[in-house]
Amino acid sequence: MKEVDARGLSCPEPLMLTAEALKAASGPVKVLVTEPHQKMNVEKYAKDHGKKPVSTEKDGYYEVVIE
Amino acid sequence: MNLSDSKKKLALGGAVCGIVAAILALLGNPANMAFCIACFIRDTAGAFGMHQAEAVQYARPEIIGLVLGAFIISVATKEFCATAGSSPMIRFVLGVIIMIGALVFLGCPLRMVIRMSAGDLNAWVALIGFILGVATGVFALKQGFSLGRAHVTNKESGAVLPVIVVGILVLALCTSLLKASEAGPGSMHAPIIASLIGGLVFGAIAQKTRMCFAGSIRDVILMKNFDLLSVIVGLFVVMLVFNVATGRFILGFSTPGVIAHSEHLWNILGMYTVGFAAVLAGGCPLRQLILAGQGSSDAAMTVVGMFVGAAMCHNFGLAASGTAMNAETQEVVAGAVPFNGKVACIICIIVCFVIAFTNKRKEAK
Repeated sequence: MKEVDARGLSCPEPLMLTAEALKAASGPVKVLVTEPHQKMNVEKYAKDHGKKPVSTEKDGYYEVVIE
Repeated sequence: MNLSDSKKKLALGGAVCGIVAAILALLGNPANMAFCIACFIRDTAGAFGMHQAEAVQYARPEIIGLVLGAFIISVATKEFCATAGSSPMIRFVLGVIIMIGALVFLGCPLRMVIRMSAGDLNAWVALIGFILGVATGVFALKQGFSLGRAHVTNKESGAVLPVIVVGILVLALCTSLLKASEAGPGSMHAPIIASLIGGLVFGAIAQKTRMCFAGSIRDVILMKNFDLLSVIVGLFVVMLVFNVATGRFILGFSTPGVIAHSEHLWNILGMYTVGFAAVLAGGCPLRQLILAGQGSSDAAMTVVGMFVGAAMCHNFGLAASGTAMNAETQEVVAGAVPFNGKVACIICIIVCFVIAFTNKRKEAK
């Protein structure tokens, strides 16, 4: 699974990296972000593009798997 | 509580913030200023004697409220996250630059929108510069610009700025240490309690809606996403209705009393600087205060930069003057950007380009 480590990056970098990864990958993409609003932004971006995001809270960051 | 999952909720949040600004204008905040982050930080810097411009010294409770509102709501909704370490000194410099650009134009992006809603055509001209500045920042982002990663740090570190603003409030309420203007814009203000509550409400809503004036245009250019723009439209519409209803809407360039000037090139370049620097810093002056309130020490560095920038603007004669009426002759005296301000603005734009194209994401290098 392709992984995007956007932890600690400022907006809009997490979303830009997610968009790039989704364009390039054929399968699911795992996105790691630090802040709750970034998690929500990534989830919304995925939904807006017809994908299904599943988020889990990890130790100090969030993992969003987009399928 | 999620205010950012639909354009309707976002626009409603913006409208409530517009109502807050309108009420504060009615209660005594300067005409056409109502709620300006750059002006209010400049006034607060003046209250501390960081500059000696007697007309603009007052510890604005709105600034205190914004930081505290964001802090309280982010703690309550578990969004508080103490982070630090993403090029703090570059962010400090960007804060200085944002303030210099804002005081060449005479207002932050929030005030630009408020001035636009009052018919001030100078602000509409400045919008061109702001959009171009944001677009330049977006171009840099596409080329791989990044200030690097922030890291999670001690909660106490993220709470420093909220604690400091509480200290400012205590000084303002319980001592006579802080300066307060007796004439000029700094002397015009709503009652402290109204300003504080207004700031708290505005700060909480801005935190939940992610309100950002630079971000709204950035997202439209970068991702054709209009979510954040709907917050700004909501605020603009409310302020427009308020200004028309109360007879404050005056369409024109030469409007004495609204603290604006008509040097079009410098209105454009001032806001170009703000737009460019704000995209590099990850948000407009309002967003920096909100991010600092929700735990970002990096955003707090930008806020400190804005305080220092405000002091520099008045100590070194960089800030523009507003078009005003001469009380004795009843003649309109045109506002202007001083030579020092023009030079500083150009230097700031050059520094923005240097920052934008020398800081790359590690993967992009």
